[in-house]
Amino acid sequence: MMASSYSAKDEDGHITVSGPGGGTLRNKKPENTAFKQQRLPAWQPILTAGTVLPAFFIIGLIFIPIGIGLYVTSNNIKEFEIDYTGDDTSSPCYNCAKNFSWNNTKSCTCTIPFQLDQPYESNVFMYYGLSNFYQNHRRYVKSRDDSQLNGNIDSLKVGASSPMASRKKKKPSKECEPYASIDNKPIAPCGAIANSMFNDTLKLFYNDPNGTSVPIPLTSTGIAWWTDKHVKFRNPVGTNSNLTAVFQGTVKPVNWHRPVYELDTDPENNGFINEDFIVWMRTAALPTFRKLYRIIQKKNNMAPTLPRGNYTLVVDYNYPVRSFEGRKRMILSTISWMGGKNPFLGIAYITVGSVCFFLGVVLLVIHHKYGNRNNSANISN
Amino acid sequence: MDFSLLRNIISRYCVGEEIWVDSRTVYIGHKEPPPGAEAYIPQRYPDNRIVSSKYTFWNFIPKNLFEQFRRIANFYFLVIFLVQLIIDTPTSPVTSGLPLFFVITVTAIKQGYEDWLRHKADCSINECPVDVVQQGKVVRTQSHKLRVGDIVVVKEDETFPCDLILLSSSRSDGTCYVTTTSLDGESSHKTYYAIPDTMAFRTEQEVDSLHATIECEQPQPDLYKFVGRINIYKDKEEPVARPLGAENLLLRGATLKNTQHIYAVAVYTGMETKMALNYQSKSQKRSAVEKSMNAFLIVYLCILISKAVINTVLKYAWQWSPDRDEPWYNHRTEHERQRHVVIRAFTDFLAFMVLFNYIIPVSMYVTVEMQKFLGSYFISWDEEMFDEELGEGAQVNTSDLNEELGQVEYVFTDKTGTLTENNMEFIECCVDGNVYIPHAICNGQILSAASSIDMIDSSPGGYRRDLFFRALCLCHTVQVKEEETVDGIKRGIHQGRPTSFYISSSPDEVALVEGMKRLGYTYLRLKDNYMEILNKDDEIERFELLHVLNFDSVRRRMSVIVKSSSGDYLLFCKGADSSIFPRVVSGKVEQVKARVEQNAVEGLRTLCVAYRRLSQSEYQEACHHLMEAKLALQDREQRLAQAYDIIERDFVLLGATAVEDRLQEKAADTIESLHKAGMKVWVLTGDKMETAAATCYASKLFRRTTQILELTKKRTEEQSLHDVLFELNRTVLRQRSISGYMLIRSFSPSDVLSVDCLDFGLIIDGATLSAVLKPNQEGAGHGNYREIFLEICRNCSAVLCCRMAPLQKAQIVKLIKASKEHPITLAIGDGANDVSMILEAHVGIGIMGKEGRQAARNSDYAIPKFKHLKKMLLVHGHYYYIRIAELVQYFFYKNVCFIFPQFLYQFFCGFSQQPLYDTAYLTLYNISFTSLPILLYSLVEQHVSMDTLKREPSLYRDIAKNSLLRWPVFLYWTCLGVFDAVVFFFGAYFLFDNTTFTSNGQMFGNWTFGTLIFTVLVFTVTLKLALDTHHWTWINHFVIWGSLLFYVIFSLLWGGIIWPFLNYQRMYYVFMQMLSSGPAWLSIILLITVSLLPDVIKKVLCRAMCPTATERAQVQCWHHLHMKLEV
Repeated sequence: MMASSYSAKDEDGHITVSGPGGGTLRNKKPENTAFKQQRLPAWQPILTAGTVLPAFFIIGLIFIPIGIGLYVTSNNIKEFEIDYTGDDTSSPCYNCAKNFSWNNTKSCTCTIPFQLDQPYESNVFMYYGLSNFYQNHRRYVKSRDDSQLNGNIDSLKVGASSPMASRKKKKPSKECEPYASIDNKPIAPCGAIANSMFNDTLKLFYNDPNGTSVPIPLTSTGIAWWTDKHVKFRNPVGTNSNLTAVFQGTVKPVNWHRPVYELDTDPENNGFINEDFIVWMRTAALPTFRKLYRIIQKKNNMAPTLPRGNYTLVVDYNYPVRSFEGRKRMILSTISWMGGKNPFLGIAYITVGSVCFFLGVVLLVIHHKYGNRNNSANISN
Repeated sequence: MDFSLLRNIISRYCVGEEIWVDSRTVYIGHKEPPPGAEAYIPQRYPDNRIVSSKYTFWNFIPKNLFEQFRRIANFYFLVIFLVQLIIDTPTSPVTSGLPLFFVITVTAIKQGYEDWLRHKADCSINECPVDVVQQGKVVRTQSHKLRVGDIVVVKEDETFPCDLILLSSSRSDGTCYVTTTSLDGESSHKTYYAIPDTMAFRTEQEVDSLHATIECEQPQPDLYKFVGRINIYKDKEEPVARPLGAENLLLRGATLKNTQHIYAVAVYTGMETKMALNYQSKSQKRSAVEKSMNAFLIVYLCILISKAVINTVLKYAWQWSPDRDEPWYNHRTEHERQRHVVIRAFTDFLAFMVLFNYIIPVSMYVTVEMQKFLGSYFISWDEEMFDEELGEGAQVNTSDLNEELGQVEYVFTDKTGTLTENNMEFIECCVDGNVYIPHAICNGQILSAASSIDMIDSSPGGYRRDLFFRALCLCHTVQVKEEETVDGIKRGIHQGRPTSFYISSSPDEVALVEGMKRLGYTYLRLKDNYMEILNKDDEIERFELLHVLNFDSVRRRMSVIVKSSSGDYLLFCKGADSSIFPRVVSGKVEQVKARVEQNAVEGLRTLCVAYRRLSQSEYQEACHHLMEAKLALQDREQRLAQAYDIIERDFVLLGATAVEDRLQEKAADTIESLHKAGMKVWVLTGDKMETAAATCYASKLFRRTTQILELTKKRTEEQSLHDVLFELNRTVLRQRSISGYMLIRSFSPSDVLSVDCLDFGLIIDGATLSAVLKPNQEGAGHGNYREIFLEICRNCSAVLCCRMAPLQKAQIVKLIKASKEHPITLAIGDGANDVSMILEAHVGIGIMGKEGRQAARNSDYAIPKFKHLKKMLLVHGHYYYIRIAELVQYFFYKNVCFIFPQFLYQFFCGFSQQPLYDTAYLTLYNISFTSLPILLYSLVEQHVSMDTLKREPSLYRDIAKNSLLRWPVFLYWTCLGVFDAVVFFFGAYFLFDNTTFTSNGQMFGNWTFGTLIFTVLVFTVTLKLALDTHHWTWINHFVIWGSLLFYVIFSLLWGGIIWPFLNYQRMYYVFMQMLSSGPAWLSIILLITVSLLPDVIKKVLCRAMCPTATERAQVQCWHHLHMKLEV
């Protein structure tokens, strides 16, 4: 049906007309080169049981130890996860979740006590996790303006009133609709992703055995990709260095409580280069995901970062998930060279290694049973 | 193509309406006919401008685009592109626009360049100078200004500017010599004749004084046919009408040779010349691979549509609750919300189509086309298929059928010139039962068989013998060339004039005339219509040549009418015995017949010679018949045939000749190989049964063990056709059940082969064949002759069809083609009589033979010798087939791997058409990351070495019946693709699921997820091809590792910079971040291993458990090599 296409013949139905007396000399012996005679020297491997056998054993022998190593490493990683969605009446955040309204100016706070059975050595990473949240929805993924986030001042300008001028002048990208502008004022940062930025505040307290509650210092830098923070995301540079002035004429995203220039007090972590913001802007691949929230730096002394004991998680409950049956979690995890806890990789390596080893044995049998017969049998014709 | 069809319809329609449209009147020198003769109708003809170009500067872009988008594939991609432009689709229009733009541009540039060349060629031709006679003077003008009716002067070695009727030449006999090399490739000189009334003109003035009109048929493309009539008006006399035939028509493109100059009048100009009409391409043949590819495409189209439908339906089912459809964080725009749900659903369907459309990639067509085009060069480059003698190698006329050469099941071959040399040697002649053998070859081995009969009857042999020798000297169309450098058929005349050669289009005639010379009668020349013969006593005898009744393959005889010096009118006729004997009234028929049959059994070509003495009145009558037929404008062929039939009768048999046609070098070996390769070889010949059968035995088509089944006229005369057919069928079936029983009991393939040796050979002749094929009128009971015949043929390894008319050859091919297995047929022949079957068969192969180049011109492939067929099929055909089969399967496989993860991803992104891969990856996957390895694989792969393929023809059976593209294989590849895609996707899914991937705790996003899958994909797909490659030349290494390296470098670059022209920076540093993560590396390696594992296991197990002959050959080769290395 479709294939008869592209035929050179079809197009060249016309034969080039040779001029008067233009008979070409036909006596051309083809050149005797290895390429033209299809006799290029070549390595000709064949996949027989005999040749593949060693490969299988080698793969088995390499994969199984790797797998065991990965599995052990993964098992050594400590991870603690706590769900604070609050759709259960017994949950401390039930009230906050139930009474949530976009109009609440004062955030609702809930306190969740939890216990760590093991001490967490070295740096501890604090994540928030969302479930059933489709950050990978197409309409959502593309609803951002990378040029605006890169500090392009034009993307913050007011959309001109005449349509002709507006085409020339850059406004927040059309992709940001319907989160591009309010009352003809551009939203900074525009788009659905930015608008739905996670805005629960999580705080950790260690309940000392002697009864005092010690806040745990949380580092909020180093959670985003270095390149994102320093290259991809940039604050617009206006006539003055004051961020507030630069963002003059823009409005904050609808669902935000604060404008973008008030995300942090630290100027290096404010505006578009706020790391919480950058982390949120990297859309997750799957509807259940976690994002790095804070890092609990290891203290210099020998004591574990988080000793075993009782803790309290204090949440400023601002982020509604019940409407789409989502869940919110807080995760504490240590990290090894291979990342977080992930037994799958180790198990997969062990499985594949064993399968290969087993296949190697099977092939060995086959090789002994059939191989000799094949080698001795001539092609009879 | 459409145009010619249209013209055919129009002309056919017009014939029904009014006859005059079918002919045209040309006024020579634009002079009106004298009043009263005919109404002068000025007719408009095109000027002599040749337009081979398709486009002009202005219409190039629109016309070329229109032409390109007329193809369904292009149109499909254009539609996808437009859909992307119009609606909001997941991938940017660039992804499909760029490849399409690339393909279209490359094609347009190629076509534009070719057209520019054509323009240039047209220009140089149209402006080349031409001498025209005007007002009695020679005027130089440009070729394109030539008009119908102009009188043109052409000098030696010039090319004719248009189709001309020869008026006079500088040679006194009014002939001129012409080569038509550029038209049909025949380099021999052909003679053309002027009309006797005008041949005396010598000067421009004389020529200009001619007052005549030419009536001729409207232009038609057949180079060898022309019918016309010239009316010459002399002062106040009745106009003289003379017939014009192809021998008077000089064709544009031919070159004048050996003649100083000629005067001729233009009849067809410009695009109406026969050369221009022959530009039209032939009907296209499509290969079996292409057909299966189309079937696969339809399957994939169905998969594509069902994927889109499934996803659309699921999307709307899933979004039923508004919280899922529009959660608070992800609102639609007002504009979108207002759209009707049906429109939204349809848009979604289209968007899914666009997302998955890569499953049918543009690049596949380009790659297949390139593979075919470039691959066909290996055939013409092949040194082994080069023939030193001819100075020519194999020639590829179409590259569409390369792989079909590996699928041939039936080979239909011509005998003369194909199996045999067509290099005739006169062996003997027999006059009235007395045998004469030229002394020159008296000591040849042939004598042993002939020795039983008295050798040379040296008795001063009577009138009959001399008449026989004269008959052979006169009854032919041989020309004498007094030139050394004549290509084609040459024979030196040694007596005194070493520079003379006999030239003829038929080698038999040359052999006969030469044989006569050895027996003492030398044909000297044809001069002024007198044939001169030097007889035994060195006297020159002169006969006036009155008429030549040319040879044709239907009549199978030719005659001449001559007037001897004593004034007798003699008709000499020579021809096949079957066409002579029924017309013989006296002569020693029995003796001659016996001798003819004996010669035929020895494989010699026999001709019978007869004569008839014509009285004056009989001659007049014959003349009358002939003239009437020759002057006819309509149905001239048919009327000539009738006239010949009336004239050629009541013969007196003189004798018979025997000419040997030696088998071509290695013909037997080739046929044996073809048999071993599982092909059925049929010989279709016009020769008589005994001759043909002898050739068949000599060429090992029939072996001594072969049981011959005869289905000939002789047998059907004894029994009814019905009984013969059923009896043969029973024989065959019985044998087959026995051999089938033995097959079950036999254990190794060698036994099977020995069973195969007990095969049947069928001999059928033309008459019986037409009886078998005749649609039956007698009743339903006999209706299935055709089926029974096919059933018999199916069980015969070799079939000989003798006494075939050219059209019957095509009929046979058609019959086999249409039988229920639809086998792939190949026809090979060298002569004009094979053209019909060459065009009919799936693959037509022409031999660049001695009977001209018509077969080679009309074929798909042309080879110098029959023996080259072996390499063509067993090596090239085999290679092309496995290459293209892998190409097609691999292309579908790699696109399943590519697109199926996207499909799976939809289940995890709310069916929102979110693409998994970045736009650049989507676009470049088929264009650059995975295109070159498969293209070069499909050009240089050799799974078995060439020598092995030639040594073991049975390997050809492994790929018979399109075995690599059958549905189970296709299913395997598709399942493998789906498996790999599932491994990619879910592998990445479980690795990514809710966990950290880096050692600094930072998280990856969806683009890293896609890039990880894509990296695994590119590596797996490329390594899969590496596993399939058996022949690793440096080219393979270069492209396979080069592609992977290119992918990595490209990704680094693509993610390494903020690209200012892009409005998104989603890939920024994604690839580098991924590479900096240890688990990502580990999972890439793991997933690649897992994806490749099943295929490796399948390969190893298949090879170990039930190896094919090819695989065993590979192992053997391998062992061979290692043994050598060890020694």
